[in-house]
Parts: sequence; C-alpha cells; structure tokens
Amino acid sequence: MVPTHYYLILAAALFTIGIIGVLTRRNIMIILMSIELMMNAVNINLIAFSDRLQQVTGQVFAIFVITVAAAEAAVGLGIVIAMFKNKETMNINEIDLMKW
Amino acid sequence: MIELALFYIFATIAVASAILVITQHNVVHSAAFLGATLFAVAGIFLTLHGEFLAGVQIIVYVGGILVLFVFVIMLIAVDRTAMERQYNRQWTIALVTAGILILEIGYGLYQGKDSFVLPPAAAVAAAAVAGNSERVGTTLYTVYLLPFEIASILLLVAIVGAVVLAKKKTQME
Repeated sequence: MVPTHYYLILAAALFTIGIIGVLTRRNIMIILMSIELMMNAVNINLIAFSDRLQQVTGQVFAIFVITVAAAEAAVGLGIVIAMFKNKETMNINEIDLMKW
Repeated sequence: MIELALFYIFATIAVASAILVITQHNVVHSAAFLGATLFAVAGIFLTLHGEFLAGVQIIVYVGGILVLFVFVIMLIAVDRTAMERQYNRQWTIALVTAGILILEIGYGLYQGKDSFVLPPAAAVAAAAVAGNSERVGTTLYTVYLLPFEIASILLLVAIVGAVVLAKKKTQME
C-alpha cells in the first residue's frame, strides 16, 4: 500500500504549482486553469483520507468540489468572453477599469 | 508493489504536465497538458479505490470543463495573445515564496507521516461488500441530500450567470 503522506505531498506539489501559475502568469485563461489544478489537489487529499479512513464522506465532498469547479469555470469563462468583447485582450494587467 | 509503481507513474505525469500547463506560451498547449494532468489525477483516484470519482473526473473535468476551456480559447484570438508578455514582474518573488511553501509543507508531512492512522480491519471487510459507486450514491442521496440540492441550485445559477455575462448587448441597453 502506498503511504498516505505520498499522496499528501503530491497534492501539495500540485497546489503549489497552481499557486505559482496564478501569481506569475498574465494570461487569464492560464490563471483559470491553475485554479482547476488547485481544486484537483484538494480532491486528491479528500479521496486519500476517504480511502485510508474507510469512510465515503470524502468522496461525496470531492463531488461537491467538482460541482463548484464546474460552476466556477462556466462563470469565469463567461466573464472572459464579456471582457474580451470590451477590451480585446486576455492580459490581466490591462484590465484595470471598473467602467469606461 | 504495483500500486506504488502506478502511483509513481501517475504522479510523475500529473506534476510534469502541471508544470507544463503554467509554462507554455500557447494557451492551446496549456489546455492539452491540463487534460493530461486531469487524466493522471483520475489514475491517482483509481489507486485510492475511488473508481466512481475517477469516472466523474474524466467525464466532468475532461469532457465538460476542459472542452469549455478549449471552446473559449477558440472563440478569442490565440495568435495575438501568444505574442504578449507572459509573466508578471513579480514572478521571481512568487517563485521563491511558493518554493518555501512546498518545502515547508513537504517537511511537515514527512515528519508527521506516522500520525496518519490505518483503518481498522472490520471496516475494511464491511467496505468490500458494497461497490464504490453504490456507497457514494447512497451517502449522497441520504446523508447529504440537502447539500446535493443546494449544489444543483448552484449549477442553475452558474448557467444563468454565464449566459447573462456572455450574451450580446441588445438595442434596449
């Protein structure tokens, strides 16, 4: 059996990669993808403990996390399209006005 | 032993493609590598006996969310955005901070590895009786029925919100 902390370290690595993506990239699509990476890392943790404690609750919570990820992707991509219509850019540094 | 080998294979694919997701210049390549990461994470779920979640991961993430990403990438100009500057000015300090964070978490988890308890033998025997999908479904529709309904409302609100955000402005406005 794979030791539990292997999974936790893998999840921490994926989460940190997601954080680096959010902090360093300027392209808003890649920032949204990094957020999906972080949600996947959380799911790995939930399912690892669900398996180790033999309780199915962690997997149910992972389903809710996936639901939230789907909702977040739909709304986020709607915002990206609305933004691109107005500004013709995906660079977050150029998006600095509430109204114009 | 084979579980450990599978874990190493899937973990390597997941981390390598995750790094490629955030370093590629072309957004379409990033989306492709995100798909590889999602498949590898589904494999990780399989090594954890989460067969239902592995299926949900592939159907919802790869079949739904990733396709949505690719749709939006196709709708907006890819060529021009690839020419723009890709990284923030703060990327060095972000990298250093994230490096310290991963070292700290990894060290803490490695030092505390004995505190992750093993399951009692009786629970394992009971778990083997019912299938994974059956157990997840039963728990979802009994104990977590109200959160399940709230999640469906959340999805409805997200659909309406996405349509409102992305729709064309009419003459009335």
